[in-house]
Amino acid sequence: MSDDHGSIFDGLIGGDSSQWAFGTDFEDPLAGVDTTVPEGVAHAELAAYCLMLGDDALIMSQRLSEWCSRAPDLEEDIALANIALDLLGQARLLLARAAAADPGVLPALPEGSPVPAEDALAFFRDAGEFRNVRLAEVPNGDFAHVVVRLLLFSVARLELLERLRASTDTVLAAVAAKGVKELTYHRDWAARWFLTLARGTEESRRRLDTALGALWPLLPELVATHPVELSLARTGVAVAPAAIGAAVDDVLDQVLAVSGVPRPEPGAPDGPAGRHGLHTGHLEPLLADMQVVARAHPGGRW
Amino acid sequence: MSARERAAEAAGEVRDPEMPMLTLADLGVLRGVEMERGMDGGETVVAWITPTYTGCPAMATMRDDLVHRLNDAGFPRVEVRVVLDPPWSSDWISERGRAALRAAGLSAPGPARRASGPVALTLGPPRRAPDCPRCGSAATRLTSEFGATACKALYTCTGCLEPFEHVKEI
Repeated sequence: MSDDHGSIFDGLIGGDSSQWAFGTDFEDPLAGVDTTVPEGVAHAELAAYCLMLGDDALIMSQRLSEWCSRAPDLEEDIALANIALDLLGQARLLLARAAAADPGVLPALPEGSPVPAEDALAFFRDAGEFRNVRLAEVPNGDFAHVVVRLLLFSVARLELLERLRASTDTVLAAVAAKGVKELTYHRDWAARWFLTLARGTEESRRRLDTALGALWPLLPELVATHPVELSLARTGVAVAPAAIGAAVDDVLDQVLAVSGVPRPEPGAPDGPAGRHGLHTGHLEPLLADMQVVARAHPGGRW
Repeated sequence: MSARERAAEAAGEVRDPEMPMLTLADLGVLRGVEMERGMDGGETVVAWITPTYTGCPAMATMRDDLVHRLNDAGFPRVEVRVVLDPPWSSDWISERGRAALRAAGLSAPGPARRASGPVALTLGPPRRAPDCPRCGSAATRLTSEFGATACKALYTCTGCLEPFEHVKEI
């Protein structure tokens, strides 16, 4: 174009950055935060632990985002999107923390790629490299399904983050302190809906029972302890999930009792799973959907 | 007025992108402004901000607004850093900020619950009972704990029948 007005895209290429909120190098959510790894803590273990907690939040957030525009009413649609956004924020900090602790966790990208560390971890790892629990990745069902899923997830995560506030890693402690406030709202939302559906109509109760039957077997994985968690718990960095098992049961029992829903038979722990990179077949399509644009443009600036 | 005071004053005027009736200082998001002397002798303004919610998508906009306002005030070198600890609390919203919220038709948060110890499950409606910021009626009803932004809940006044937003306690 050679006229005086130039191309409408001129402003997008270089030029004055002041009109843009993004692309101005504020991509690191930990900018200015001290990310020194505590003495005596293995960097690779801390990174692996941050990936577990970060991937739980990221994959759960992605599934909740799929609800956008599909919830029974506008208020619940916004609630699910808000919860997804909180978890995405936690994921960003935790993935950035993983990369800062051990850059070895970052997947290889083309030389000079501008993709920030958290994005490299979210968009350029394959399913086998994700460390989330399977509860986060199974496909969405009906509204009762997301209520039960979020109840199990938020009860366990809140118990974990409550204890992680005392972590000897100051970044994890800060993320946990913030996360506790957010998870409190998530858990209350899920528990209130659980009660409502349980005591609602025959149909809402039937759907709730079905969802509970499908998701309850995935609960033991949330309170199973991975060797990295055990090792990091010794230095006060991590919380061993086995330590929260009883507290998780207590809270779930309260919700079940008030709702008049009998506690399902305990699911049997079934060996290595999501924490070891062993996932259901549902994670790959989720990742394909989430990663396709970023992977098509590994040199892209967003 | 010292350079630091001038920088703090300029930064203190920057408004929240989602709730423009509040400055970042009144919201409690702007945690501090300092001057740092670099090895070349030049001074950099360092502004510290903390997110209201971990996923707050407005952080990048806040950062940019701070940089540009400080540039305009004659500080060419500006660095915005994140501070995560202690986590933001709605208790940090200033009195001036609360008045600005009410004047804009929003309900200001009550005291936040204590942050330490186990968190109790709340199955009933939350204990807070905000008055309608429009007509002052105490007869209000929660529509949703999650509003247009993460930091707000939705209420309806059963007196004047108007919906309104309440800034949540966290």
